[in-house]
Amino acid sequence: MTEITDFHAWPDAHGRFGDFGGIYVAETLMEPLAELTAAYEKLRTDPDFIAELDRDLKYYVGRPSPVYHAERLSKHVGGARIVLKREDLNHTGAHKINNTVGQALVARYMGKSRIIAETGAGQHGVASATVAARMGLKCIVYMGAVDIERQKINVYRMRLLGAEVVPVTSGSKTLKDALNEAMRDWVTNVADTFYIIGTVAGPHPYPQMVRDFNAIVGREARAQTIEQFGRLPDVVTACVGGGSNAIGIFHAFLNDRDVRIVGAEAAGDGIETGRHAASLAAGKPGVLHGNRTYVLSDANGQIVETHSVSAGLDYPGVGPEHAFLKDAGRAEYVGVTDDEALEAFHLLARTEGILAALESSHAIAQAIKLARELPPDGLVLANLSGRGDKDVHTIAAREGIEL
Amino acid sequence: MSRIDRRFAALKAAGRTGLIPFVTAGDPSPDGVVALLHGLVAAGADLIELGVPFSDPMADGPVIQHASERAIAKGVGLANVLAWVAAFRENDTETPIVLMGYLNPLEMYGYAAFAEDAVDAGVDGVLMVDCPLEESHVLEPLRQAGLQQILLASPTTTEARVGALCEAAAGFLYYVSFAGITGAAQLSTGDIAARVAGIRARSKAPVAVGFGVRDAAGAKAIGEFADAVVIGSALVDRIAGATSADDAVGRARDFLAPIRAALDAR
Repeated sequence: MTEITDFHAWPDAHGRFGDFGGIYVAETLMEPLAELTAAYEKLRTDPDFIAELDRDLKYYVGRPSPVYHAERLSKHVGGARIVLKREDLNHTGAHKINNTVGQALVARYMGKSRIIAETGAGQHGVASATVAARMGLKCIVYMGAVDIERQKINVYRMRLLGAEVVPVTSGSKTLKDALNEAMRDWVTNVADTFYIIGTVAGPHPYPQMVRDFNAIVGREARAQTIEQFGRLPDVVTACVGGGSNAIGIFHAFLNDRDVRIVGAEAAGDGIETGRHAASLAAGKPGVLHGNRTYVLSDANGQIVETHSVSAGLDYPGVGPEHAFLKDAGRAEYVGVTDDEALEAFHLLARTEGILAALESSHAIAQAIKLARELPPDGLVLANLSGRGDKDVHTIAAREGIEL
Repeated sequence: MSRIDRRFAALKAAGRTGLIPFVTAGDPSPDGVVALLHGLVAAGADLIELGVPFSDPMADGPVIQHASERAIAKGVGLANVLAWVAAFRENDTETPIVLMGYLNPLEMYGYAAFAEDAVDAGVDGVLMVDCPLEESHVLEPLRQAGLQQILLASPTTTEARVGALCEAAAGFLYYVSFAGITGAAQLSTGDIAARVAGIRARSKAPVAVGFGVRDAAGAKAIGEFADAVVIGSALVDRIAGATSADDAVGRARDFLAPIRAALDAR
């Protein structure tokens, strides 16, 4: 690959990030995607749209979220300063709302009356149901039957918000199958339906649009670290499933070449066991869900079932921009195991009084590793992408505690 | 002239409408695939679409998805599919075979390696559901090797895209008659007829129509204005419960015979 001078210049006109991304979908979806691309291209520079989005982010989501210096955690670890971007403090408790607020606005500007979404952990489903309720749009959420079982609270939360949760029983009954089912719904009902994809995957323009709506995380964090610490961080880290919170915080730093960027993927029981979801660390380039990216598949090209204690990271692909950043050498992607994430969860809870989502606990674990490599005046910025209330049952069950 | 081109030229010369059955490779039984392919030809198939099983068939309905899942559970992969085509070619060098599926199995096999092995096996074309014209650069090694990429058009395809598709079409152009997933809902024949007429007038390649054709009446209605009719989910559904390879062949024959007759009665 040729030397990249501006990491903010992607994707290109074809929706590609170098060899990755693109529009790998059935013919029936080409026109709906072209319509969406045209609408989004217009809206992203439309002053009225931007003003409305900014108002929603400020007064409904509660932005900006703080950057918090986790002093007791840093001291306990005994390395560099660890600072946390507190996306867990957003309305609905995660970064996902940044994207759904944006896409719901796009849906309204396009005149669509029905919203569909897929969800894994349920966070994106809740965030979609939330904005649909607020805008008075009908909302259908596709969710794998296995995920419904392990995320009961979020399922009930979506129903409280007026959404219909449709169990998906095909394939592995998890996020990827929910995504397939949502695509089918969209193909069939495209005239009145807007599909809110929850991560930076899918066909163009989704990886770009979802990134743009989450990029506020990094823009704020960059300005906040300069303001609070008088400098940029040495390293930025975030957990990577589909990769929306990660690209959100990474993007503003991509052209700051001195800032190291590290994504933490779910290594599950350990990459060597095969029971993991580390598409970038252990996968190969392939095509899944409308884009070319790193995927986890077997020798026959069948997508394999992944494993992570965190439902939100349990995905066999990854956003194409991450694949691009990996191959360009701009970002590193490493695995964090279930056990390491759990240990970080407990450490953060006891030293800082913060219950992190299991997804975000992977980023905390990685931040701890990175802090140990740096001197005390070093600065590690981690994206605390969501709060852990939804996970307390999973954690209790794993530790043999009956609630 | 390719095998597909020769077949469509012969159909045109004879004034016949082509019949293109689809089956998923390895379903209902991996042992019976070659016999089933010959059975389809005996029942009147002019060209065969052979589905390469994929774990995440985004654009297919439950019938074909389940067929894929069953085949994958029996260990069916792209290499098996190519071996079956090669075995079929030992006794049939005339019936074109198009592999239908998704890109990821080709990505893992390697495009160049696949192109070479597919040509050796006697495959004539590929229809990659998740590879629209805009991304077909990835299939360049296949075209170089002489395989034809079958392109699709659909009710949501704009006139501008139809023009590009008609220009790029090779083998035949596959018109998806329903905007949803395979095997769902009813046809509205009038709409399809008008659209297909417009496409046929512009396309360099013949136009086959599929998605939603379930029986002789549906096939006959489509046959009035298409160069060929594709039958997929309904056939897969019919042979799914077969108790043996012979039973599958028998079921396919019983299902296709009235459709063939209806097309020939025009």
